[in-house]
Amino acid sequence: MKLFALIIVIMTGATLIYSTLEMPNWGDPNSPASLHVSPRYIEKTLEETATPNAVTSVLADYRGYDTLGETTVIFTAAVVCILLLRRFEDDKTV
Amino acid sequence: MIRLYDDLIIQTVCRIMIPFIQLFALYVITHGHYSPGGGFQGGCILGASFILMVIAYDIKWMKKRFSEYTNIFMIAFGVFIYAFVGLICIILGAEYLNYGILHKVLPADPVKVRALATLGIEISVGITVMAVMVSIFLNLATFGKHERGEV
Amino acid sequence: METIIGKYNYWIYIALMMIGFYAMIAKRNLVKKVVGMNIFQTAIILFFISIAYKRDATIPILIKSQEVINPSQYINPLPHVLMLTAIVVMVSTFGVALAIIMMLYNQYKTLDEDEIIEILKKK
Repeated sequence: MKLFALIIVIMTGATLIYSTLEMPNWGDPNSPASLHVSPRYIEKTLEETATPNAVTSVLADYRGYDTLGETTVIFTAAVVCILLLRRFEDDKTV
Repeated sequence: MIRLYDDLIIQTVCRIMIPFIQLFALYVITHGHYSPGGGFQGGCILGASFILMVIAYDIKWMKKRFSEYTNIFMIAFGVFIYAFVGLICIILGAEYLNYGILHKVLPADPVKVRALATLGIEISVGITVMAVMVSIFLNLATFGKHERGEV
Repeated sequence: METIIGKYNYWIYIALMMIGFYAMIAKRNLVKKVVGMNIFQTAIILFFISIAYKRDATIPILIKSQEVINPSQYINPLPHVLMLTAIVVMVSTFGVALAIIMMLYNQYKTLDEDEIIEILKKK
C-alpha cells in the first residue's frame, strides 16, 4: 500500500517538474503574471485610493468583496468550532 | 488537560510584555496604509497576546479581562461592520463596497475617503481575526469544557 | 544550466508539495493526514509568492516623492494579497479539522483510520 502511494507521488511530482520547464524563469520581470493586471494597481493606487501600500489597497478596496468572503469563511470556522466542541457545565446531554 | 503550574518568572515577564504586544498589534493594524501590516496580521498578534495570557496564567484569569460573551460578540461584530460599510454605499447610491460615495457623509474628498474606509475595513477584519484565534484556541485546548479545563 | 538556475525554486516547492501529498494518502493517523494537508498548502503559498518576485524590485509600497511610477520597480502585489487571506483561511480550516478529529476520538477512542472503519463495519 505504501509502495503504491510512493509510486503515485513520484509520478505526480515528475509530471509537475516536466510542466515547470514551460514556466517563466524566477524573477523574470516580463513574466505573464506581472504584465496583465498588476501594473495598473501599482500605477493607480496612489491617485485613486491615497494609499501608498498597494497590498492594502488591493486587499480592502479593489478586491474588497473577496476579503468579505474570506472574513465570512473564518467567521464560519469559529462558529463550527464552537458548535462542535463547546460543552457547558449544566449541560445534561453529554 | 495541561496541569496548572505557576511560574513566577514567566508570569512576571508576561505581565510586562502583554501591554506592549497589544500596543504593537494596534500599530500594525492602523499603520497598514504606509508599512507592511493590516487587519489580518495585526489581528493575529492581538489574538496571540490573549493566548499568551491563557498559557502563562489560566483561563479564569484571562476570562476576567476578555469574557466569552464578548469574544463571541466580537466574532460576529467584525463581519457585521464590514458588510454594513458596503450597505451604506448602496444606500448612498453607489455599488456595494464602492467607498468613494462615502464623501457625502464623511468630511473628506472622494480620494481620501477611500483610505478612511480602508482603515475601517482593516479594523473590522482585525476584530474578527483576533476573536476567531482566541475562540479556536480555547475550544481546542480544553475540549470545549472551559469551566473544568485549567490550561 | 540556465534551466536549473531559473527553475530550481519550483522544484523545491514541488518536493515540499509531494511530501505533504504522501502524508495525505499514505499515513493512517488522521492528525498526520491533516498536517500533510498543511504542508501541501504551504508549498502552494510559497509557489504563489515566488511568482510575484521580479529581479531588482522592491516591496509594493510606493515612495511618495516619486513623480513617475515604473511598475517594474515594484513586485507584483496581487499574489501577496491572495496568499495573505489564504494563510488565515489555512489556520481556520486547520482548527475545524482538528475539532472534527477530536469529536471522532471522543466517539471511537482511536485516531487510526482503519480501526474506525473496522468499528463501523461491526455495527
